[in-house]
Amino acid sequence: MRQARVLGAGVAGLCVAAELVARGCEVTVFDPAPRPGPHGCSWWAGGMLAPFCEGEAAEEPVVRLGQEAAGWWERQGAAVDRRGTIVVALGRDRRELDRFARRTERHKRLDAEGLAALEPDLIGRFDRALHVPGEAHLAPRAALAHLRDRLERNGVAFVAEPGHPDGLTFDCRGLAARDMLPDLRGVKGEMAILRSADIRLSRPVRLLHPRFPLYVVPRAEGLFMLGATQIESDDRHRSVRSVLELLSAAYALHPAFGEAELVEIGVDARPAFPDNLPRLCRQGQTIHVNGLFRHGFLLGPALARMAVEAACEGTKPEFWHEDHD
Amino acid sequence: MRLYETEIGSRLMLGTAQYPSPAVLADAFRRSGAGIATVSVRREAGGERAGAAFWELVRDLGVTLLPNTAGCHSVREAVTTAQMARELFDTSWIKLEVIGHADTLQPDPFGLVEAARILTEDGFCVFPYTTEDVVLADRLLSVGCEVLMPWGAPIGTGLGLTNVYGLRTLRAQFPDVPMVVDAGLGLPSQAATAMEMGYDAVLLNTAVAKAGDPAAMAEGFARAVEAGRLAFQADPMEPRDMAAPSTPVVGKAFLE
Repeated sequence: MRQARVLGAGVAGLCVAAELVARGCEVTVFDPAPRPGPHGCSWWAGGMLAPFCEGEAAEEPVVRLGQEAAGWWERQGAAVDRRGTIVVALGRDRRELDRFARRTERHKRLDAEGLAALEPDLIGRFDRALHVPGEAHLAPRAALAHLRDRLERNGVAFVAEPGHPDGLTFDCRGLAARDMLPDLRGVKGEMAILRSADIRLSRPVRLLHPRFPLYVVPRAEGLFMLGATQIESDDRHRSVRSVLELLSAAYALHPAFGEAELVEIGVDARPAFPDNLPRLCRQGQTIHVNGLFRHGFLLGPALARMAVEAACEGTKPEFWHEDHD
Repeated sequence: MRLYETEIGSRLMLGTAQYPSPAVLADAFRRSGAGIATVSVRREAGGERAGAAFWELVRDLGVTLLPNTAGCHSVREAVTTAQMARELFDTSWIKLEVIGHADTLQPDPFGLVEAARILTEDGFCVFPYTTEDVVLADRLLSVGCEVLMPWGAPIGTGLGLTNVYGLRTLRAQFPDVPMVVDAGLGLPSQAATAMEMGYDAVLLNTAVAKAGDPAAMAEGFARAVEAGRLAFQADPMEPRDMAAPSTPVVGKAFLE
């Protein structure tokens, strides 16, 4: 049985471990932290599996490869909600909705009634919206924990140490791999979690705004995740300005958020290459799977599949960088 | 074009915010040949050198950097940010923004003059983001600014030159001061109009960064800027009501 090491147990590392197990490899995962937690940036993710909406700003491969994600997570047994995405804009930014519609695909136009049928709590707030039925979302923390436990049950060894490359190694350490990948940079994202019993949403809602774009992802037990800023910086300060922007935008989406309980404010830096696209970089027997940027849960499955195919079959997939240094 | 004793090859300046990725940003600069890049210090800084990786990418563009004080709402904030920018980017150039109104992002004329005075005395080369107001322009020049950056329209609106009369008046009042139309441009034709009016350069960000194909839009702006400049130098004809055929009609056969 082929042996492989995975460094890093964030979303990229766990996806790679799952693909290795599926090919019958004997896998050891190294991560200084024993369980998924706030040390990794996938902990702070929105968990939207929204390839079409991401197409507004992201390049074509994100839209294409992101379509694998929802099915992959379901096959791992994660709870995936496939009720799509709603996109709205406030009255004076209506044209933002047209721009968004022009630049994305697979959406349906909704009038006020159509929106009310899908999201009754948004009645009267928007006279038109987009619905992207083919999209999904999951709860990132639950999905990470579930996947880790499932891997362990399937014989994957988890070692609470940083680990080092030895033989076939997949380096999935995110920003921590900057020592090996000098053009990796951090892009800061801040998020908030609110609890409200006054509003119910069935699917992620994106509020387009020229200055403060926002998405709200409903979670179980009246929780809502608000995200996310995107700042060219790798500091981890939760800035007042960012939180004000997120909360103001949520309040504009629905005033009931004004009465919500502020449960959590999170921040981390996403690993990104200059084109904001992921890379598979081979250095000797090590394959780096990195640069997933804001698309860890969306692109993790496809990148893991490609990385493991490359290792097992010698293919040179998309995003492949030979002897990258 | 000379700005503060420095020769700048291109009359197009681009901001560096809001692009889909740094790679797209670099493409936009390559295809447009823009000569100056503005960088925001305040938002990205986090108080330390946390934005260093991005700034390195901007430095690699190989163009002149013009740090700005975007997002500053008071004289003190703007002055502190300028001093930080001077250290970070090793330049005394500063695009001075003192925002007076949160919704329209309109400059605070009083704070702007005060901050420009403080910074000029401290040795900065100040590029003030101002309105088309002639009196304000005069005050900025009198505290030592050698370049003016009047708006076309509020930042990020893409409305173009909303007060053409005001901009013409400003240009005519100070014919020898280098002036850059900054902010509010959405289309290359608007940039061409500014250049035809005799403005020395244009600066924009959102129109390129938020276009579907930022690099193509940047090139479009570069060509428009060049076209507008050529037209200005060529001394355009005066518009007139009377039609004057360019080919004489005398002697042509009558068709009926």
